[in-house]
Amino acid sequence: MSCNCKQGNPDIMTADGDSPEAALPAAATRNACKLCSPLGAAMVFKGIRGCLPFLHGSQGCATYIRRYMISHFREPVDIASSSFSEDDAIFGGEKNFTAGVENVIRQYQPEMIGVGTTCLSETIGDNMLGMIKKYQDSHAGKGPPLVHVSTPSYTGTHSDGYYAAIKAVVQHFAKPLRVTMPRLVNVLPAMMSCEDLRYLREVCAMYELDATILPDYSTTLEGGSWEMYHRISPGGVTINDIEEMGAATATLEIGHTQANNKDSAGHWMEKERGVRLDSVGWPIGIRLSDEFFAAMSLIANRPMPDQIALDRGRLVDAYIDAHKYVAGKKVAIYGEPDLVIGLASFLSEIGMRPVICATGAKVKGWRELVTAEIQGGCNDVETIHGADHAKISERARELKPDLLVGSSKGYPLARELKIPLMRIGFPIHDRFGGQRILSVGYRGALELFDMVVNALMESKQENSETGYSYL
Amino acid sequence: MSEEATNDSPMGPHGPSAAEAREEMLKAYPKKTQRKRGKQMLVNEEPGTPAEIGANSRTVPGIITQRGCSYAGCKGVVIGPIYDVLHITHGPIGCGWYSWLSRRNMNKIRKPGETNFLQYSMSTDMQEDHIVFGGEKQLEAAIQEAYDEFKPKAISVYATCPVGLIGDDIHSVCRKMKEKLGINIFGFSCEGYKGVSQSAGHHIANNGVFKHMIGVDDTPVEHKYKINILGEYNIGGDAWEIDRVFALCGIKIIGTLSGGVSYDDITNCHMADLNVVMCHRSINYMAEMMEEKFGIPWFKVNFIGLEGTKKSLRKIAQYFGEKELIDRVEEVIAAEMAEVRPVVEDVKTRTTGKTAALFVGGSRAHHYQDLFEDMGMKVIAAGYEFAHRDDYEGRDVLPNIKIDADSRNIEELTVTPDETRFDAEKPVKKKSLEESGFEFSDYEGMMRQMAKDTLVIDDISHYEMEKLIELYKPDVIGSGIKDKYIVEKMGVPCKQLHSYDYGGPYAGFKGAINFFKDIDRMTSNKIWKLATPPWRNTGEATAEKAEAVTA
Repeated sequence: MSCNCKQGNPDIMTADGDSPEAALPAAATRNACKLCSPLGAAMVFKGIRGCLPFLHGSQGCATYIRRYMISHFREPVDIASSSFSEDDAIFGGEKNFTAGVENVIRQYQPEMIGVGTTCLSETIGDNMLGMIKKYQDSHAGKGPPLVHVSTPSYTGTHSDGYYAAIKAVVQHFAKPLRVTMPRLVNVLPAMMSCEDLRYLREVCAMYELDATILPDYSTTLEGGSWEMYHRISPGGVTINDIEEMGAATATLEIGHTQANNKDSAGHWMEKERGVRLDSVGWPIGIRLSDEFFAAMSLIANRPMPDQIALDRGRLVDAYIDAHKYVAGKKVAIYGEPDLVIGLASFLSEIGMRPVICATGAKVKGWRELVTAEIQGGCNDVETIHGADHAKISERARELKPDLLVGSSKGYPLARELKIPLMRIGFPIHDRFGGQRILSVGYRGALELFDMVVNALMESKQENSETGYSYL
Repeated sequence: MSEEATNDSPMGPHGPSAAEAREEMLKAYPKKTQRKRGKQMLVNEEPGTPAEIGANSRTVPGIITQRGCSYAGCKGVVIGPIYDVLHITHGPIGCGWYSWLSRRNMNKIRKPGETNFLQYSMSTDMQEDHIVFGGEKQLEAAIQEAYDEFKPKAISVYATCPVGLIGDDIHSVCRKMKEKLGINIFGFSCEGYKGVSQSAGHHIANNGVFKHMIGVDDTPVEHKYKINILGEYNIGGDAWEIDRVFALCGIKIIGTLSGGVSYDDITNCHMADLNVVMCHRSINYMAEMMEEKFGIPWFKVNFIGLEGTKKSLRKIAQYFGEKELIDRVEEVIAAEMAEVRPVVEDVKTRTTGKTAALFVGGSRAHHYQDLFEDMGMKVIAAGYEFAHRDDYEGRDVLPNIKIDADSRNIEELTVTPDETRFDAEKPVKKKSLEESGFEFSDYEGMMRQMAKDTLVIDDISHYEMEKLIELYKPDVIGSGIKDKYIVEKMGVPCKQLHSYDYGGPYAGFKGAINFFKDIDRMTSNKIWKLATPPWRNTGEATAEKAEAVTA
């Protein structure tokens, strides 16, 4: 990392495109605002039916990632590991990989094994594709497919691991197909909540579309009680459906960063499988949802269903009712890049000022991406990429937001500044229901809007001398 | 072996004998795995002379294990809880993040001006360039930055997997920065691939704490009865409850390693008269090394459970041998028990005869058996995640434990008596007490306490856990977060014994009350009755319901 921090921190840009004068620590990451890439890959693998994620490296990686996903979803999360020992770290992990895969197949009978790497196996340079091929050759191609994605923790963040895994899965399975099924759509969501994924499916159904959502962890990571034991949590998109993605009429890829990423799964599907790509942002708030539903109408060749139009009406009505509680309030947003962009759009459209828009990822053109979606000017908006919570806190102390929006990791700052924290994103481990927060579409915006308004009202009430209950 | 299981069966009212269950579980594995798992899965046939268990062996790849890594054991468990040491993880971002306040080892700052560094997770956040060209410079800059901003008393550095592989010498960076900055700076080579579980990390941590912290501050501690508690990590405030009881007894705890503890406590804790050990697995190395260097004797205690707490307090009083202390301890026990008794008597009316299984940690699966026994419950199966043979079979097997390659890679410090600070009186006192039957350096292990013909399963896999539930339907399972939800999916309440499910403390007397109430609530809950909707209720289910009502 180049240390030109004397001239200001290069990762922070103020309204005029300058870096702030005050040097912030740059050598160490303090209270990171990102997780490692294998976690994102594991999320994707959890969204495929019968798939068992497998991390090639020390067992600690699988264990840590499991415990973090579990504390957010409060559901079983199985991730296998090749459990490297010191010898394997020196001589290579092929023996462990083969043994691990064999044991997983025997015990879990998976329909697929999603193989992610770790910084350990990437550092020693284990040839995963070679190992997978050798394994499959020695088993005469029998057994479940093994899909590999490279996810060293020293490049990118959990978001990158997530998108990389989607692409790896699509590349592995999606066949070139000559037929096009006009009612079939591929949906490639950003790292959303289980409720978001369920709602996306519902919306597709309302447009009379049959959706292949990859990944779909809406049931695998939020299911009911089991009457019988399942080796792998039920639910998820089937491999069969992924194979037929090439026959879809369009791919709807969600997330601003992916629209710009020519290597994304959606772009690949367009180039290699001839499926038209529609890129939309994470549809949070009215304008991004308008774009999203416009894309849906185009794909489905149907007008907006009445139900959704009614939702839109209710949302506008709510905005009108409550604007006086939110207008002009300052908000700091942090989290995965696509989430932050969507939230900045939504929060600015309800009249709040997103004074800090921060992500832990390094994103090319971050400021442009964010400010393009912000309503009401950007002179007071600071955009930070490669952020950690130390940097966010430093800026927040100065800019004094009225509200924080992001994961549970913002709690210490909220407590310090005595402002409310509206929890959304990953991870949420100090509240219940993180996996059930709906953010997508007008209905999602309405849910978030109520959360924002109520958080501000509650804090106003709590800090008021009189504490009126009728507001 | 297939005699009809009854309520008196060691495995509870449901399911086959332990031997049959064992066979059933092993069946699913390939031959090689079967042989290996077979050694880790025993029927406790002779509790008095426990059979040999294949503990602390490598996890079979692909078996979804509860185990973590060496870094987790070192930073996450043993050193991480020291609140006024600034901790820096040297590596890519994952490890530092995942160990950021994810254990509930509680801490409070002691005086104004102090910083609780545990709220920070500092990482060098290595990028590809560092992997290729080395990360020592980055680490050096991170230490400098941390010093400039916080001026801590000490900085501790932890290596993650790639660090060892690319050959970064964290120790020389630490030495250099220690010299430059004039504060105590030390590193731990606890790369995740070392050893077979977090246990290797405990050992590495013990070595480092002993080398770099123990014995640094010789300020005398004026108190008649001074002890350290080793292997107590203040999960949910356990150490604070133990502190409360000891304060009532008039015993001074210099350092609790390492729960709720400060750097100063640790550097001064060699001034104690006695070490008592809670978690034998994670800290027996320290107890041994402190005895060799300073002459401080140690013995095992357990403050989890009423009987264990009473026994431990009495043993400590006997060690000092003064009547005033012995009497005082009895008074404290009597007063505390007066409060506990009505609770436990009430709870027992509902919990007696219920069954529990415990798969957790390196000492907790043993310690918590005491609490379940206090409630009249039966522990039908238990096992550790990362313990060694001595934690199962007792320390008398130590001379017979074969050192395998994984353990040999962990440094074994050679410790000699300190020339000036070794207290020769302590071994003399120890010897005379031993002659009167007092046991030191003792640990009988888990299996001796468990009932005959129960199941002992080391490093249980998910698959085995599920089989166990299917066969026995225990009333509660004590485990960790990785198993909690799978256990509950199958209709059995699961108590997290690493984090206490956001509850606790469970140690000492007040802690026991918390535990009894929590377990009573969990084992009496009726939520799973709603899992089957009323329109799906068959006659069979109704019969079961009727039985549940009359029971």
